[in-house]
Amino acid sequence: MYRSALLASMIVTGLGLASPVLAQSTVYIPAILELSGAGAVSGTNFRDGMLLAIDEINAKGGILGRKIDTPLLDTQSDAGISRAQMQKVLDNNPYVILGPVFSGSVLVDMALTQQAEIPEIVGGEAATITQKGDPYVFRTSFGQQFSMPKIANYIRDNVKAKSVAVLWVNNDFGKGGRDNFIKEMAARNIKVTADISTESGQADFSADVVKIKAANADAIFVYLNEEESARFLREAKKQGLKAPLIGETTLLGQKVIDLAQGAADGVRGHVGLTVDAPIPAVKEFAERFKKRFNYVCDHNGIKGYTAVYFIKHVTEKMGKFDSKLFAQTLHGMTITPKDEPGVLMETTFDKNGDIDRESFLGEVVNGSQKIVEILPKLGK
Amino acid sequence: MASFIQLFASGLATGAIYALIAIGFTLLWQTSQTINFAQGEFVMLPAFFILAAMNAGAPFWLAALIGVALAIVILGLLFKIVIVDPMLRYGVLPLVISTIALSLFLKESAKDFYSSQAQPFPALVPATDIHVFGAVISTQSLAVLAVAVITVVALHVLLHNTRLGRAMQATAQNPTLALILGVPVRRMVLYTFLINAVLVAIASILISPIYLAKFTNGETLGMAAFTAAIIGGFNQVRGAIVGGIILGILDNLSAAYLSSQYRGAFPLLILIAIILLRPHGLLGRPEERTV
Repeated sequence: MYRSALLASMIVTGLGLASPVLAQSTVYIPAILELSGAGAVSGTNFRDGMLLAIDEINAKGGILGRKIDTPLLDTQSDAGISRAQMQKVLDNNPYVILGPVFSGSVLVDMALTQQAEIPEIVGGEAATITQKGDPYVFRTSFGQQFSMPKIANYIRDNVKAKSVAVLWVNNDFGKGGRDNFIKEMAARNIKVTADISTESGQADFSADVVKIKAANADAIFVYLNEEESARFLREAKKQGLKAPLIGETTLLGQKVIDLAQGAADGVRGHVGLTVDAPIPAVKEFAERFKKRFNYVCDHNGIKGYTAVYFIKHVTEKMGKFDSKLFAQTLHGMTITPKDEPGVLMETTFDKNGDIDRESFLGEVVNGSQKIVEILPKLGK
Repeated sequence: MASFIQLFASGLATGAIYALIAIGFTLLWQTSQTINFAQGEFVMLPAFFILAAMNAGAPFWLAALIGVALAIVILGLLFKIVIVDPMLRYGVLPLVISTIALSLFLKESAKDFYSSQAQPFPALVPATDIHVFGAVISTQSLAVLAVAVITVVALHVLLHNTRLGRAMQATAQNPTLALILGVPVRRMVLYTFLINAVLVAIASILISPIYLAKFTNGETLGMAAFTAAIIGGFNQVRGAIVGGIILGILDNLSAAYLSSQYRGAFPLLILIAIILLRPHGLLGRPEERTV
């Protein structure tokens, strides 16, 4: 009895002593991601990019001598669950939070992180995320308000289209993109002859292609998720759709190209992030990613990887772990690969948490994405 | 006119697959009062069995056979023994909840053990197109339709022209009387589970080249087939066929001629109308139960 009590008290004392030591040796940066459900492709790419960066940083001693501790929490691609997970991690006083990727989830989580004054580095691209005046939200890729003007210029200047049909997926991502795209078309006097919404997970695009053909537009802007993009491209090829198909990042991704099985050739558009970028650091990252996870990462993998290095750079620049100061410091900051090689490309954050960096014009040729032009940062 | 033929042909091919899946719903319901809410995942899973076999070096035809065999064992035999038999004695509701849990388990297992990413899946026939009155119909859609029709005809022959089929029908109509007449009721019920497994495996082979093999496919397919079974009549195989085809065609025509934004709502509106006006479905028969 006595020995048991002694043992128990030793364990309790040991735990009590060990906890602060453990806490001091790590920094708590939880990730809330779409690890299951419809968004699992995006979420797992983001996760794997992130894990690669964390392991690299931890292997070199961590951030300011503290190893990164990143538990993974699954949103199940559901905004309500995402909010519950966010509340859970906020109770444990995180330094910075990574994710989610789905814009719908980001939009419901933001109020919580803002209230707790904890920075959140997200993968969402919906324009509204950074238009709410939240000083604690930061993107890892272009918001639609930045990517759509680029694609609109491309349609006007390169494709020289006078009319366009828009096909979009009816979720926060698709609706936000569609609204911004139509606004940019109006600003350039390009007529939208068809405005077609589709369902997430839709398999049969024959009706949509029939409607697009009837619209007889000079170009077709396709803003869907990956699998839907591939299914649409196959149906478009089957029905002999002739007008140029223009997309933004996803439509030109290697996964879409592979799934479309030859139907993606000729697709053109703007690419915000891609492992095919003619930048040595990006290519080296893509090789390391493929070697470790045995698949080719998409733009979400780059988002996850660079997000961790943003945290490292800002923290080392501040010289301490201070969540509020982190948010203040990152606003208006430019991080170059010379300062921090892990960011891969020179990146600037504006006062809203939006990101600016070089981007690309691409085309699918013989089953591969080919970058044909590098577009400068918007601020240049 | 060309557009209408285009939409009708695509809808017919999709509807035929819905019909195959919906038949499984009706078979299980008739023989064992099982509503299988994992039916969509049952269609999703064989595609991954086949892809795994192909990754191990098997040619497509052999991989397809392996996929069907695994479906029979796991989605037919094991499903009945491990889930249905122990739960059925507690009534329909616990079994429904169990199949919902099973659907989640199968979905997440496919993601964790194979991949979260959609996978290309080999088609039964090479992808060429046929032009009919200005419409473009793929040989793939025609093959889907042909295989679905052959499967349904074979099932019809089995159920109506063989001793085994008649025994299965007797089991479905009145298991107590069938038992008194010497029909091995338990074995007949097992056979319906095995037939359902074969049907979902065939549906998986037909639909995966179009849908792509992905762990979330079951959500859409299961809901569509369930709706089709209710529209056609949950207690009639021919009702499931009619329900599936109506749903496939209606989905395309409503998206093209009414509104693509509300395409998901039209089948549900029809479902509500059927429940209100003809609760036993278009071809189903009214059922009375003693409580």
